[in-house]
Amino acid sequence: MAEPMLAVRGLNAWYGESHILHGVDLDVRQGEVVTMLGRNGAGKTTTMKSVMGLVGARKGSVRYEGRETIDLPAYRIARQGIAFCPEERAIFASLDVAENLMLPPAVGPGGMSVDTIFELFPNLKERLSSQGTKLSGGEQQMLAIARILRTGARLLLLDEPTEGLAPVIVQQIGHTIRRLKSEGFTILLVEQNFRFAATVADRHYVMEHGRIVDEIANDALEANMDKLHEYLGV
Amino acid sequence: MPDIFGIPPQALFGQLLLGLINGSFYAMLSLGLAIIFGLLNIINFTHGAQYMMGAFTAWMLLNWLGISYWWSMLIVPVVVGTFGVLIERTMLRHLYKLDHLYGLLLTFGIALIVQGMYRDQFGSSGLPYRIPDALRGGTDLGFMYMPNYRGWVVAVSLVVCLTTWFVIEKTKLGAYLRAATENPPMVQAFGINVPRMVTLTYGFGVGLAAFSGVLAAPIYQVSPQMGADLIIVVFAVVVIGGMGSIMGSIVTGFGLGIIEGLTKVFYPEASATVIFVIMAIVLLLKPAGLFGRVR
Ligand SMILES: Nc1ncnc2c1ncn2[C@@H]1O[C@H](COP(=O)(O)OP(=O)(O)OP(=O)(O)O)[C@@H](O)[C@H]1O
Ligand SMILES: [Mg+2]
Repeated sequence: MAEPMLAVRGLNAWYGESHILHGVDLDVRQGEVVTMLGRNGAGKTTTMKSVMGLVGARKGSVRYEGRETIDLPAYRIARQGIAFCPEERAIFASLDVAENLMLPPAVGPGGMSVDTIFELFPNLKERLSSQGTKLSGGEQQMLAIARILRTGARLLLLDEPTEGLAPVIVQQIGHTIRRLKSEGFTILLVEQNFRFAATVADRHYVMEHGRIVDEIANDALEANMDKLHEYLGV
Repeated sequence: MPDIFGIPPQALFGQLLLGLINGSFYAMLSLGLAIIFGLLNIINFTHGAQYMMGAFTAWMLLNWLGISYWWSMLIVPVVVGTFGVLIERTMLRHLYKLDHLYGLLLTFGIALIVQGMYRDQFGSSGLPYRIPDALRGGTDLGFMYMPNYRGWVVAVSLVVCLTTWFVIEKTKLGAYLRAATENPPMVQAFGINVPRMVTLTYGFGVGLAAFSGVLAAPIYQVSPQMGADLIIVVFAVVVIGGMGSIMGSIVTGFGLGIIEGLTKVFYPEASATVIFVIMAIVLLLKPAGLFGRVR
């Protein structure tokens, strides 16, 4: 079998002195949507930041398209074709919406055209000259996703894109994720809401205390409900 | 011409022009400080020494190698900017995660060393630099006589300041800089080599200080102390304008130069302290500075 697009093995990560990830193993195959579920503080965000090279120190192996990236700085990892949409969205206050959208440079061929992006997120088109942080929470989330679609990155790391958003917007984001999958994007998604995750994902990883403790195929989700409730404490 | 508020117009306009000249240097130097502070989080106390190095480098190029003022305007910022790049690469780089205080102490130390070396080499009496022939003489503006070189300094510094503002606020390059000032890791995660950008930004800020030094050489005496005297006032300007605001630095720089000039006319006793009095008032009323954001 071909090597998965993203292969994480024995990943350890630290913020200063605190050891957060203790040997994370996960795979994301080309074209898949995979979620990481887990309680607050389990290490989901830290896993994404570690893949991106944004933590203090990391050890283990993170291979992207067959190439080891564990020793690369973040900007070189990004240039391999990985893009990150953080939990806090990180829209820049000193940039307007258009500047925020156009900021990330191309990292590969075949990025989504601005027209397609506006078709996906019509709200953004109306607000191009607003200050980035003047947008509503939902619009900021859309902008944060939109700006990484332009760049030609093929693997998207989306950290809790539905957090704190109204149900209609959550639906719109679900629709967007399915559309992106159909366009060939590969997505690693962090979600607290496994009902939402079930509508978009192929597989789910469960994370606890800095490790992956379970893997559940999407069609086995119903059968594993009890176990999942226990993992997530809901 | 009649007196204005009991002041002969020649004296008034003369002091206004002096104020504008000083304001030109305040604006260019505080602009560099603001850019450096924004991205590097470092209060560059070496700025005055780098300005002085600019003036001295122009002096050495002219007197030792016969290289003209015009070439110096191009060469000096590159030479002194490269010195800045070396400092950033070898020393400043290690301080970004620490408190502002460490950067301030390091750059202050470097400033003392640099000034000491120049004093050792050139003495402290000050050396003259010839005004380039094309800018000698003056022009009668009707209401006052303006030395050409002084008008040139004001015009060039306006152009430099506004160009810098334009690049930072209106271009893609500037958008990278603004974004990296706000959130360096995120910009890095987009594939941009932020450490290199930081190095070049420091180099640019230092180059700007050196360029100011070249402009200053024919006006002020070229002396090892010239930057140290000026930079204290420039820091007050930065505090008043608010650290990190580009247009704020420019407006405050020119504005305070003019206020200082007017004070010399109307109440000369206060002219040396007026900027610091304003600084104290601004700090009390608006601690982040007139144009500053709380960070
Ligand atoms: N910058 C940091 N410095 C030190 N510790 C941190 C830092 N960021 C996160 N942590 C710690 O690392 C652990 C994992 O955090 P992480 O943000 O990865 O969790 P998460 O699974 O994303 O949680 P959530 O669902 O709340 O987003 C937590 O215990 C957290 O306190
Ligand atoms: Mg998180």
